[in-house]
Amino acid sequence: MMKTDFRREPLHIAILAGLLILGFFLPDWMRFLLQTALAGGLVALGVALQMRAGLVNFGQGLYYVLGGYAVGMLAAKAGITDVFLLLIAAIAIATVAGVVLGLLLSRYREIFYAMLSLAVSMILYGLLVKAAWLGSTDGFNIPAVTYLGWTPDRTVRPDVYYITTAVLTVLACLATARYLTSGAGMLCEAVAENEIRLEYLGASSRKVAFIAIVVAAALSGLGGGLFAMSTGHVDPLMTNWTTSGGFVFVALLAGRGSTIAPVIGFFLLELVRTYALDFAPNAWQMILGSVMLAVILLLPNGLWSLTEWRRKA
Amino acid sequence: MTDPILVTENLEKRFGGVVAASEISLSLYPGETVAVIGSNGAGKTTFVNMVTGYLKPSAGAIRFRGRDITGSTPRKTAQAGIRRSFQISQIFPQLTVLENVMMADIAAADGKGGLWGAALTKPRMDRGRAVLERFGLESHADTEVGTLPQGVKKQLDIAMAAIDDPALILLDEPTSGVSVDEKIEMMDRVIDPLKGGGATLLFIEHDMDIVTRFAERTVAFYEGRILADGPTDEVLVDKEVKRYVIGGVHA
Amino acid sequence: MQKFTAIMLDGMSYAAWLFLVAVGLTLIYGVMRILNIAHGAFYAIGAYVCASALGVYYSLGLPGVFAFALMGVVALVAGLIVGLIVERGVLRNLYGRDEVLMVLVTYALFLILEDAVKLIWGVKSYFVYQPYAHFGFIEIGGLPYQVYDLLIVALAVVMGIALWFWLERSRMGRMTTAVVADREISAAMGINVKRVFATTFAIGTIFAVVGGVVTAPKIAVTPGIGVEVIILAFAVVVIGGLGSIPGAAIGAVFAGYARALSVHLAPEFELFAIYAVMAVVLAIRPHGLFARASGRKI
Repeated sequence: MMKTDFRREPLHIAILAGLLILGFFLPDWMRFLLQTALAGGLVALGVALQMRAGLVNFGQGLYYVLGGYAVGMLAAKAGITDVFLLLIAAIAIATVAGVVLGLLLSRYREIFYAMLSLAVSMILYGLLVKAAWLGSTDGFNIPAVTYLGWTPDRTVRPDVYYITTAVLTVLACLATARYLTSGAGMLCEAVAENEIRLEYLGASSRKVAFIAIVVAAALSGLGGGLFAMSTGHVDPLMTNWTTSGGFVFVALLAGRGSTIAPVIGFFLLELVRTYALDFAPNAWQMILGSVMLAVILLLPNGLWSLTEWRRKA
Repeated sequence: MTDPILVTENLEKRFGGVVAASEISLSLYPGETVAVIGSNGAGKTTFVNMVTGYLKPSAGAIRFRGRDITGSTPRKTAQAGIRRSFQISQIFPQLTVLENVMMADIAAADGKGGLWGAALTKPRMDRGRAVLERFGLESHADTEVGTLPQGVKKQLDIAMAAIDDPALILLDEPTSGVSVDEKIEMMDRVIDPLKGGGATLLFIEHDMDIVTRFAERTVAFYEGRILADGPTDEVLVDKEVKRYVIGGVHA
Repeated sequence: MQKFTAIMLDGMSYAAWLFLVAVGLTLIYGVMRILNIAHGAFYAIGAYVCASALGVYYSLGLPGVFAFALMGVVALVAGLIVGLIVERGVLRNLYGRDEVLMVLVTYALFLILEDAVKLIWGVKSYFVYQPYAHFGFIEIGGLPYQVYDLLIVALAVVMGIALWFWLERSRMGRMTTAVVADREISAAMGINVKRVFATTFAIGTIFAVVGGVVTAPKIAVTPGIGVEVIILAFAVVVIGGLGSIPGAAIGAVFAGYARALSVHLAPEFELFAIYAVMAVVLAIRPHGLFARASGRKI
């Protein structure tokens, strides 16, 4: 089987785990970049999952920011600092949001899904920007997290956070691979290719789409939580259209073939961004947009699997 | 005689002021092979679309195995045991032939709560291969469907309707788009495997040679109504059928 | 009673503004099948160009009345230039491609134009209140009301009717309608589809730019106004049905009055009101009030 077979995915994920061990040999700043990119990479993976069902989510940052703010608010406002509780909360709130939005949006496809997902994330952005008690555009800082009562001190904290992020990323990829090999995961491609046939075989394309949306939401919530823990700060930019656009961009270029591709792709994007910000501090949107355009115009049949699998036979 | 498997009573479908089908009362009996003939716009596909829940009837009732399924959905009728093939084949163009039938098998598991387990199991692979063998598609197993000739696509479309051993299979113009000299060959390839599963068959067809050869019973549609219904050899020589239906096709 | 009058007036003025912006979006989608996310950036460009042009104009001490003529010229010129650059430079090479891919393209354009605006005009705010103050107030139902706001309503009505006339009566407009109905047959009948697309895109862009130009005197022109507008325009076209011009009008009225009601009765829900209406409409009609009926597929 070509596109639908994810049974060899554990091998890919083992490679990712090996690469993450190499993270210990990177300079500190780059390892930290890798760590935050892993968090974002999970969101890009979520976008890629939905794309398999033909759903392009232009507002995946919504779940990312929910996960981040869940950790931030519990730690900074409610005084809960245990990392496991915080991350579970991040996943839980994003999953609940995914269920609610999934019920509303799973009937939509193509541009309607793209437009509505973008609109919903922008509404949340607008709300957070106006929420003075959450620091408006500046967001707010988050205290250090604890591990079942143990507070890693400053010297070991970077290592502990990195390990936490790396391990959870690998576990999340494994869980995603499990989903992809299940019936619900496999049928995503059938939804993208021919819903009429799928329904006539007795399956619910809406249910399949809904499950993809919820799984993607959970992954993104975890990503948001890890980002909040890593940086000790959250702000509304996490659900900004540029952020979501980056996820879509990476998901498209990385393709739908492996869970680790969007994760690694997002790291590369962040790396480029770091240098781009040095080079032209106020033009990141322009650079991202131009590269997107260039890829679409210059590689019409290359990486853009999106157009390929929509062209009906 | 045994109980009918499908009964429609006075089915009617209107689109605004246009009556696409009316007073369609029909009973299909287990194991039958029935042909539906009629010119374009006679209401044949509308009938199949109503039975499979794609269109809601404006009036009338449909019962399948004694259960009322009027106004159901394609998914529910499929789960109940009615499957169909399409005039324009509905397949997954980017997947291979084997992947298509596997996907069909996985989809059939949805109705039985089977979405969570590992999908690519050994028994399922074996079932998929067996279906391809039954329908003579094994030589194409690993070919991407979109690149296949029309006839093979139609054959696959029909094979996918046979997944999960449905009790009733409706074929909407199984030989349309297939060249004239291949039509009979095509029917030969699919009818036996379909009957082998014990299914009741109904197919829409324009070619009277095929109707004569494969259907023991024929229903003729004309302007949304049933003009004649009976043994094929009688229906095809019926005066009105000859005048309105068969004449119409060749005109 | 005064509150009621205020709601009616505000709702009308807000609806007019929304219509100006949303109708271009829906026209472009209806004809070209392109959901133009960059539409919000066009609006922002209109506002900035207007602010700059008027800034220069007033600094020269020229009479206030002709400022309006300048606004008209600015809207047309800016709309044509931006529309043609985007259409010729990017979209023309991509006609016939997948709709979702086109969303990505306009999304990329949106990102680029947002930054371009920041590079040209910086991040400070621009104020050109003079045209807004020019006509003063009129009393309606015991309520003083800005004449400028009423003029925007008139402008929206006139432009809406003009668009309708163009589509129904002019040769080009009829060709456009034919392309909407069936692109292939239109092309086969000898209609130059590319020219129809270019014209449509220019007209749609002009609508967005006009929206920005007439709004500039009312607001602080700052980065981010384009984004606010595009989300509102989305809501309007979703309510009305994407691709439908009457839909854009009805959607604008729904959204406009929803906002006016909440501003006056429950200001804390202002942002939600429009989306609540959108959610209700979608629950009843999943593809909007004037959604195109989808044909039989099998």
